[in-house]
Amino acid sequence: MNSEVLDARRLLCPMPVIRTQQMVARMEPGDELTVRCTDPGVLHDIPAWCRVHGHHYLGAIEADDEIVVRITVGG
Amino acid sequence: MLAARTILDQGITVEGINFFTGFCVEGHTHAIRRRGGSSRPAPRNNALWVADKLGIKLHLVEVVEEYKSVVLNPRHGYGRNLNPCLDCKGFMVRKAHEWMLENDFDFIITGEVVGQRPMSQRRDTMPVIAEESGAGDRLLRPLSAQGLPETFPERAGWVDRSRLHGFHGRTRKPQMALAAELGLDEYAQPAGGCCFLTDQRYSVKLQDLWRSRGRRDYELDDIMLLKVGRHLRPKPHFKLIIGREDGENRFLRGYRHLYPWLRTVSHPGPITLFDGPVLEPVDLELAARITARFSQGRSDRAVALEVGRPGEEPSTLSVAPLSPGEVQPEWYL
Repeated sequence: MNSEVLDARRLLCPMPVIRTQQMVARMEPGDELTVRCTDPGVLHDIPAWCRVHGHHYLGAIEADDEIVVRITVGG
Repeated sequence: MLAARTILDQGITVEGINFFTGFCVEGHTHAIRRRGGSSRPAPRNNALWVADKLGIKLHLVEVVEEYKSVVLNPRHGYGRNLNPCLDCKGFMVRKAHEWMLENDFDFIITGEVVGQRPMSQRRDTMPVIAEESGAGDRLLRPLSAQGLPETFPERAGWVDRSRLHGFHGRTRKPQMALAAELGLDEYAQPAGGCCFLTDQRYSVKLQDLWRSRGRRDYELDDIMLLKVGRHLRPKPHFKLIIGREDGENRFLRGYRHLYPWLRTVSHPGPITLFDGPVLEPVDLELAARITARFSQGRSDRAVALEVGRPGEEPSTLSVAPLSPGEVQPEWYL
């Protein structure tokens, strides 16, 4: 299993989701992706994107101006 | 949503495509302003929400660079503002058609309704979209299909034309009735408004940007910043972008590495970005006095500000805020 970190800070949705989509396309099932964001829209959009594409949303942590989202790539 | 559901109900696999042009009025643009202390939930991306509700995949596609040619040189011209609706629709259907071919899908559906929009959804312009996009008769409009010529998916027997619809005109009542019949009691805004280019104030700011730079062009950061803050042009050679509340100030702080900036330090107040060639001392003083005017120190004799330039250490200065009468109405974009 590989882990990757995506810096999507300062991007407004849907760009963090688009960048997540592009990164996940290069990853393997079971890999874990951490996305660093500043747009609170990701709290809705990344879970929704994971659901429709069969990936696993592991949760988000909010600290200061940053939101860190973790997902596992689905099969 | 209704078009997709109509086709899904015929047992056909549907996947969604959502194009990001940079001009989209998605809830997240407004999230910049809502975050600071708002009790409202973070807004959603409607396309993703619809896909989630329908249980279909949604592919988000960034087209910012390619879309420039649509905005800058629309073959069919603009609508009331800088909205190139017909060219835009043709562009998006063309991109969807390319995606269809690359991903082994068979046809394209859209939620267009004959007569619903004055430019891109007229009986005479809808065939133009099909033709110019290259999609031809692989483009099916399930909500109006019964009033339009048969398309390939119907002739091939993939789609049962009798189970499509014949909606037309500006009223949304038939769509609302269909939504109720399908048990869809929540849906995204039914009446357009999804593009900043249809907005008069936004179009004025975009034209000002082109005029001030002497060329019709833009980058993504330019068009994002036009959505945020007060925009004032006190002199022909510079513009100020002034945050209106905490969320916008937080967003504008992210641009300090690209623009000279000012922020009040003696009083709560905005951050201001300076958009111009060089921050001359006389311009700096005016920018500082305007920024101070929008701070909580507006009635005080002096307001202290921090001033920064990309790559340099910030400095401080103190100015008298402009009086209300000194802020000229024509400065506002």
